[in-house]
Amino acid sequence: MSMLELRHVSKKYGQGSAEVHALHDVSLTVEEGGMVAVMGPSGSGKSTLLTIAGTLEDPTSGTVLINGQPVNAMSRNAKARLRRRTIGYVFQDFNLLPGLTAAENVALPLELDGVSGRRARIAALRGLDRLGLKERASHYPDQLSGGERQRVAIARAMVGERRLLLADEPSGALDSVNGEAVMRLLHDACKGAGMAAMVVTHDAQLASWADRVVFLRDGHVTDQTTPVQGPESLLETEQQ
Amino acid sequence: MSVPHAMLALLSEGPKYGLRLREEFEARTGEVWPLNVGQVYTTLQRLERDGLVESDRTSEEGPQKSFRITAEGEQELARWLRTPPDLSSPPRDELVMKVLMAMRMPGTDVHEVIQAHRRYLVELMQQWTRIKEDDNAGDDLSVALAVDAELFRLDAVVRWLDAAEARIQRAAADGSLTRESPAAPQTRTLAPLPRHRREARTPR
Repeated sequence: MSMLELRHVSKKYGQGSAEVHALHDVSLTVEEGGMVAVMGPSGSGKSTLLTIAGTLEDPTSGTVLINGQPVNAMSRNAKARLRRRTIGYVFQDFNLLPGLTAAENVALPLELDGVSGRRARIAALRGLDRLGLKERASHYPDQLSGGERQRVAIARAMVGERRLLLADEPSGALDSVNGEAVMRLLHDACKGAGMAAMVVTHDAQLASWADRVVFLRDGHVTDQTTPVQGPESLLETEQQ
Repeated sequence: MSVPHAMLALLSEGPKYGLRLREEFEARTGEVWPLNVGQVYTTLQRLERDGLVESDRTSEEGPQKSFRITAEGEQELARWLRTPPDLSSPPRDELVMKVLMAMRMPGTDVHEVIQAHRRYLVELMQQWTRIKEDDNAGDDLSVALAVDAELFRLDAVVRWLDAAEARIQRAAADGSLTRESPAAPQTRTLAPLPRHRREARTPR
């Protein structure tokens, strides 16, 4: 089943001579348990696409469906509830609140959604434990390494009953080993926990973790990869 | 990929027979360079002919025949490990050539050409990344290093395509990209690096 579907989505900013077409007729779907990467250079419309998919902005035309529900028709409150309960965001610069511990950061979305502090904390600790951060639960963001901060941000994005992960250059601020660890976690969230993920990036190594890579240029989807073959085809016997 | 030198490296740990060499070669290289048995024995015969390994003459020909590295083989192995491979050749690879040609060809969309190569490379990278997925936490160091080497190599090509596309787009926008080739006097070639920086010799 499609967790995220964009149908003919376009987005314009400004008017007249100042009009900018950020997205043109973009259609794509992300299935449950699937990961789609959107690759493109700066200014190609990647971040706008993510913002619209995350219901933080409305498209100028076209439809966004999350878990089969058209977002366009929802009230502001319904969209806010959808964002709190269904969608998790991961950003390049982590966006953790500096005055809260790792556990408090992870628990925050649940508490904002009315879950009791005790239950939210239990869920946060469980999430941190799953990502290998149990011992860091009471640390503040400035006491954590970059890789640990991003893992906290992923724990926050997955906490509760969230089904859709949206990530904007999630390993952009990390070295390659920590970047790979982050991609492994996002991949496991899809394959293990059945979440759907859309990752926007200009990094091909990052994108190669996805089931499908969609290429964006000047707001248009120009191309996409075909389903990935197994690695066996790479392992042909070398001939001398 | 220098199979003969990899065989010498394995034999530097002690005498081994052919089948074992094959198994160890595949394990050490993360099984991303499978070898057939015939290849192993042909390589060992050449190394023996060149005096870099010697076989146990008391044992019979066949899979149980044992080989050991000679002093000359040890020297050759030490030289090979420390000699940079030949990465110095000017950029005349086929992909670069295709983009350079497409850029000025009438009726050809160079962006479409670049995208076709980019897609192929990313698909290849996805396949290599699947090997990492199978190796759950990156526990097999040989697999992780061998796959990383391929991914970084392919990534460098994708980055070059990205940079090339951005430059071409900029040149098209400011009018400096013309269909005619630049005049001959403006043409510059890249001088090759000195010979001593090159290598790529296998045992005689």
